Amino acid sequence: MSAPSDNMPLAAPAVRVRPLLVRHLPYFIAAAIVVALAARMQFDGYILNILMQATTFSIAVFGLSVVLGLCGQINLAQAAFFGFGAYAVGIGTTDLHLSFWLCLFAGCVIALLAGAFLGASTLRLGGHYLAMVTISFQQIVTLVMINAIGLTHGPDGVSNIGRPQLLQTSQGYLAFCVAALALVGYLVWHLPDTKIGRAMRAVRDNELAAGVNGIDVFRTKVYAFALCAGLGGLAGGLFAGGFAYVSPDQFSFAESIVFLTMSLLGGVASPIGSAIGTGLLILIPEWLRFLKSVPGLYLAIYGLFVILIIRFMPDGIWGFVSDAFTRWRAHTSAPAPAGALQLKPATVGGDTVLEVTGLSKYFGGLKAVDGVDIAVKRGGVHALIGPNGSGKTTTLNVLSGLYKATSGRIVLDGTDITAMPPHQRTAAGLGRTFQNIRLFRSMTALENVEIGAERPGNTMVGKGGDAALTERAMEALTFVGLGARANQLISSFSYGHQRLIEIARALAANPTLLLLDEPAAGLNSTEKLDLHELLKRIAAQGLTILIIDHDMTLVSEAAQHITVLNFGRRIADGESMAVLRHPDVVSAYLGSE
Amino acid sequence: MDLVLQLLFTGIGIGAVYALVALGFVLIFRATNVVNFAQGEFSMVAAYLMVVFAVDLGWPYWLSFLLALGGMALLGVVFNLGVYYPLRHRTFLPVIIATIGASILMANSVLAIYGPQPQVLQGWFETPGIQLGPVYLDSQYLLIIAVTVALVIFNYWFFEKTLLGKKLQATSQDKEMASLLGISVSAMIMITFIYSAVLGGLAGILVAPVLFVSIQMGSTIALKAFAATIIGGFGDVAGAIIGGLALGVIETFGAAYISVPYKDGFAFLVLVAFLIFRPQGIFGERVAEKA
Repeated sequence: MSAPSDNMPLAAPAVRVRPLLVRHLPYFIAAAIVVALAARMQFDGYILNILMQATTFSIAVFGLSVVLGLCGQINLAQAAFFGFGAYAVGIGTTDLHLSFWLCLFAGCVIALLAGAFLGASTLRLGGHYLAMVTISFQQIVTLVMINAIGLTHGPDGVSNIGRPQLLQTSQGYLAFCVAALALVGYLVWHLPDTKIGRAMRAVRDNELAAGVNGIDVFRTKVYAFALCAGLGGLAGGLFAGGFAYVSPDQFSFAESIVFLTMSLLGGVASPIGSAIGTGLLILIPEWLRFLKSVPGLYLAIYGLFVILIIRFMPDGIWGFVSDAFTRWRAHTSAPAPAGALQLKPATVGGDTVLEVTGLSKYFGGLKAVDGVDIAVKRGGVHALIGPNGSGKTTTLNVLSGLYKATSGRIVLDGTDITAMPPHQRTAAGLGRTFQNIRLFRSMTALENVEIGAERPGNTMVGKGGDAALTERAMEALTFVGLGARANQLISSFSYGHQRLIEIARALAANPTLLLLDEPAAGLNSTEKLDLHELLKRIAAQGLTILIIDHDMTLVSEAAQHITVLNFGRRIADGESMAVLRHPDVVSAYLGSE
Repeated sequence: MDLVLQLLFTGIGIGAVYALVALGFVLIFRATNVVNFAQGEFSMVAAYLMVVFAVDLGWPYWLSFLLALGGMALLGVVFNLGVYYPLRHRTFLPVIIATIGASILMANSVLAIYGPQPQVLQGWFETPGIQLGPVYLDSQYLLIIAVTVALVIFNYWFFEKTLLGKKLQATSQDKEMASLLGISVSAMIMITFIYSAVLGGLAGILVAPVLFVSIQMGSTIALKAFAATIIGGFGDVAGAIIGGLALGVIETFGAAYISVPYKDGFAFLVLVAFLIFRPQGIFGERVAEKA
């Protein structure tokens, strides 16, 4: 997109980071010890069954920690996906005489595909659709398991399910399941710090902001949902091998609720929480066996648990612990960046960075924006002003893709972006901030800015990996003066500082054009002066800014060029001093004499 | 042709029940922006209350009916105070999960108290029905349809013509503005929950003689009613009613001509088809959440 000579990636900073696998070696050693214990210890059958159940259920609950904890989407059909894996192994190893491994793999794939399809049909819509559709799906799967007798043996279930040659003993098979648990747990634990994991958290915290920071919101949700379903399938396959018998009632809606409760109790955001919740909810009913003598009683208690946890302990048991850890980590300071932030906006097109022609946005009969032309010249600050209700913010929302234009054309640096969704416009070089700040509230300042830096096509990070990403984000935070507080959570920053973090997030992406939506709104006079300084420093590096604001002092001092809107139409355009003296502009703001 | 007419009548009767429950969904959704996943359990609990009063205790049908509806109003109060109200400032996901928890709690509490055997509740009328030409009109289905029509008219009158109805509408559209105008938002939400619980309960009592009274009836009805609201256009009152009737008819014909065991699956297929091809529903209101 940009000329390579302009935009060479910076040399990666000389920070020596030990390879990930070396840093995480203690985890693998601990896991190996646990697996060896599971293989060596002589458990009696009862304990063995409980351990087998806890292990396989935990893997299914890990899936929920991805979809619900990381991505904020609900799945009330995890038992159905669990059932896909279990029946794949059950039917495959008995009726079809296939190898266990093939069946296990097939079960995961079937669950994954079913999850992807279900997600793809529903995830564009609001969350309550997903909840209802997954419940319906769960009921359908149960209906098929009971009624498709030719395939599933109906209510009798499938018995004499096989295990792999090497793992015929229960003890050996349990060790294998524990190893699978350790591996999946590692992946899920590490997921939040990967690119896709950060995208999921961003979607959970604020879908709009995620979109304008270059994240494909819909695809991220579908990935999370499919991954959750796939883990359910894996868990189910392992479960079938462990117990050698499956029947429809093991995969009913009630089981989906049990999975959900396990996930909520332990703490939905982390695999450690999932494992704690699963362990507790398998052990507690064993201790309270008498509850099971009255049908319904223990599920009623689960329902009550769900209400109480949501009300009094929304982050679960592990949430308490990890909260304390995050607060402790906030006092540690992040390493200072090696260099100063460099903005090297791409230059492909000619002198005009943004060419808007005949842009209109109608809401029903209301013409919020009506045939507006804007040409933003490369370099410098261009302001879009107008009285309240003149269509400024609507214009900005159409430019960044949150609204679809009714008609007109938007060309950014030679690329027509009129029909693109928000994340593709960001990839094409658009950056923006919001009037009502939209940061990812559960993350630290640094993590917020890292998501900005991760913009597809950000040549300033290139293929430098996590270290380069952190470096770039630290540079951007230092640029706005908040580098020392990088590890603090968003909630600990003042309103003015949150605004600066939003600007840093946009700058880290190295955009071609930066849209600022009323950046001075709600700032005190000192903060306004600082903002003005910041805009000067940004413009000095050649990044073009399109700013909307009401603060005439800021606009007249910072902007070289002004476009004025009133009632959705452009009433003036030109060099700033001339425009501000224009009689139409004066009368629009002050009323005609 | 005779069979078609007969199925159409039955389908509309069942559909009317879905429409009543869907109406309860829509009212709570419009007032609180939350989908109440326990709406179906209101129907189930009301049907069991009828069994307790009219069958076990042998009280007169009309008295049992009034007591059951009174019980539902009380349940609406408890539900609001216990489940929705404490979470009203949280995002929609915790609230949804809490209503799912409440649904599990209600269904399984009834199971623990009453056991898994389905119960039988007889219809309101002594006469089982009337033969009208080729079609046999079951009296209970006639009652269901009549009550639904009456309630739709009442609903329109209540929300459009009375001050209380206008206040409820104002609350559902803009809570802050409504409270600035001196409307007690928490009282309005309380009234909405009571009304929805009574509406759901009424649907349960009406449908109980047609189906068995069972623990599962709540979730089955709720799923159909939710599908109905999506088919009609989410948040739209007329859409919920049309969607409910359409779903009842589709399901009855599906069971007669395609498959009985998979009867409950048709709603899901129609639902997914709508989600993929026309997510805004027939009447096209309020698709995704507000930006």
